Amino acid sequence: MIEVISESRCVACDRCVSVCPTNVFDRAEGGIPVIARQSDCQTCFMCELYCPADALYVDPDSEKAVGVTEALLEERGLWGGYREKVGWGKGRKPVAAHEYMYQLSVKTGF
Amino acid sequence: MGQKAVNGALNLTADVLVIGGGPAGTWAAVSAAAKGAKVVLADKGYCGSSGATAPSGTGVWYVKPERELREAAKASRYTIGGQLAEHGWMDRVLDRTYENMNKLGEFGYPFPLDPEGKPHRRSLQGPEYMRLMRRLVQKAGVQILDHSPALELLADAYGVGGASGVRTQTGDVWTVRAGAVVIATGGCAFLSKALGCNVLTGDGYLLAAEAGADLSGMEFSNAYAICPTFSSVTKTAYYTYATFYYEDGTPIEGAGSKRGRSVIARKLLEGHRVYVSLDQAPEELKPLLRVGQTNFFLPFDRRGIDPFKDRFPVTLRLEGTVRGTGGIRITDESCATVVPGLYAAGDAATRELICGGFTGGGSHNAAWAMSSGSFAGEGAAAYAKRLGERAASRDLRSASSSSFASGKEAGFGNASRRTEEIVRAVQEEVMPYDRNLFRTGPKLESSLKRLDQIWNEQRERAIERSAEGVKAREAAAMTATARWMYHSALARKETRGMHKREDYPEIDPRQHYRLASGGLDRVWVRPEPVKQEAAEKEGVPL
Repeated sequence: MIEVISESRCVACDRCVSVCPTNVFDRAEGGIPVIARQSDCQTCFMCELYCPADALYVDPDSEKAVGVTEALLEERGLWGGYREKVGWGKGRKPVAAHEYMYQLSVKTGF
Repeated sequence: MGQKAVNGALNLTADVLVIGGGPAGTWAAVSAAAKGAKVVLADKGYCGSSGATAPSGTGVWYVKPERELREAAKASRYTIGGQLAEHGWMDRVLDRTYENMNKLGEFGYPFPLDPEGKPHRRSLQGPEYMRLMRRLVQKAGVQILDHSPALELLADAYGVGGASGVRTQTGDVWTVRAGAVVIATGGCAFLSKALGCNVLTGDGYLLAAEAGADLSGMEFSNAYAICPTFSSVTKTAYYTYATFYYEDGTPIEGAGSKRGRSVIARKLLEGHRVYVSLDQAPEELKPLLRVGQTNFFLPFDRRGIDPFKDRFPVTLRLEGTVRGTGGIRITDESCATVVPGLYAAGDAATRELICGGFTGGGSHNAAWAMSSGSFAGEGAAAYAKRLGERAASRDLRSASSSSFASGKEAGFGNASRRTEEIVRAVQEEVMPYDRNLFRTGPKLESSLKRLDQIWNEQRERAIERSAEGVKAREAAAMTATARWMYHSALARKETRGMHKREDYPEIDPRQHYRLASGGLDRVWVRPEPVKQEAAEKEGVPL
């Protein structure tokens, strides 16, 4: 589930507040959004994907919070990994158009 | 009829109201608008990220209009689905899916190119697809209400004429009066945290049933997905390359993704932990697989696991009617229901018409969503047009079975805890494999006794028009859904499609019919004949 909003990275655009399907975040007057209802998080990773600043981290565990720290994420280079793979963001090409998509479909039917 | 339609902070009129903003809802909105209708789309979450499709990738039932290819496509799941699909419906869904996928290409979806430079339109990446659909909905002039779940349908003696709900981020009440309403709220996965599914709580089934609509195929509601225990990612295609292991590393005989999911369930029931390694994947495919479903690898990458080499623990997560095929019964080619002015599309509608009682992968589901969405949007627009001026002067009332009250009146102090208890109680009936996957008459009956009680207790509950009230309605919808499921499962005394009865393990040719169901306090189930078609006489296997 959603674990971290990075204070140093967040640009307070409130995009995550809008796109979260289960309304986990609250806007904060004059500050960055807060994780207001963490247990409602369904671990769909959409907030991470829509974040233009790679300031959010969703841990894969959907049942319990694991308590990841910003420092650990920094150290392991985990910011924005999903967005990069999907190919969203400036100068990136959407993975949807990747040539492997065609090859995989022909070889496996996926 | 119930209380007079509520007027909230936001009151709108439209020709068509679409409830739900996933693939079916967005196609419905775009298609209705293309027919000249004024459309409002209300999504429980955010149109573009909400639902099972947005966070996923999916194959699509896209088959070129060549006779042999089409016949093979139709035959592929006809028998496994228990022969409950209809050729006429499969034909029109194949046609419309082909058309809509080509349109998506024209609208800018980045399909991969084949060596000749032509777009290859066999699958869709959820984030890309649904972001594009939101843009198309906006471009069509549709007004989108995000974070605006519907709490009640509005109706008069002539049928449905709108809905009302709450805007969860502001607390405001919204009301939309509309000539016709399309329900595209998805299926019900009982808050199992299957990927993207926690907004899918059967809300639309309850709304429709309250207005007098019925359901079909609710016994086909026991889909479970293989899922790493530490994750929400319920994408199962790649388990084709899996070996399943016991704790001690010996392989589990007969366990598999396609045919052997029951074996996995039995091992889990016996108290084993089940481990998987995708060690059967050919080396040259691995980089392709990594690109094909980026989200599949996300949990592994974040845990430092190499799924092609390491063993990781898995469980089976309930997907209910999201991957199951039951839903609101539709009565004609425009995806109308028995209630005038009410239409259903996507997982909210029964998918039996093209899948019968079984769905494997997502390709049929994606095809059904975009096709039935289009049919319903066009049908609803035509209906609203026929209504004309009369639509504006209707005396609309709440069709809800819940009574609504403001927070102060009803004393909602413990509402949140009570809702959680109800949800847990319903989950205890529908999640266990030895109840829902391996069904028997006595077990279904004992579950129904408890579910009836859970339903009756909620009938006394007043619902607040607030975010908290939305959760209480979800609990009611899940309870109602579970009762339609198990009453239907009890009535089908055979094993057909995904419906497995341990006390009736064979298919029974005399039960070659669909099961309609409905009712709130008293649930009923009734056989419905499957349309016999010319194609069957031509020798397409029965």
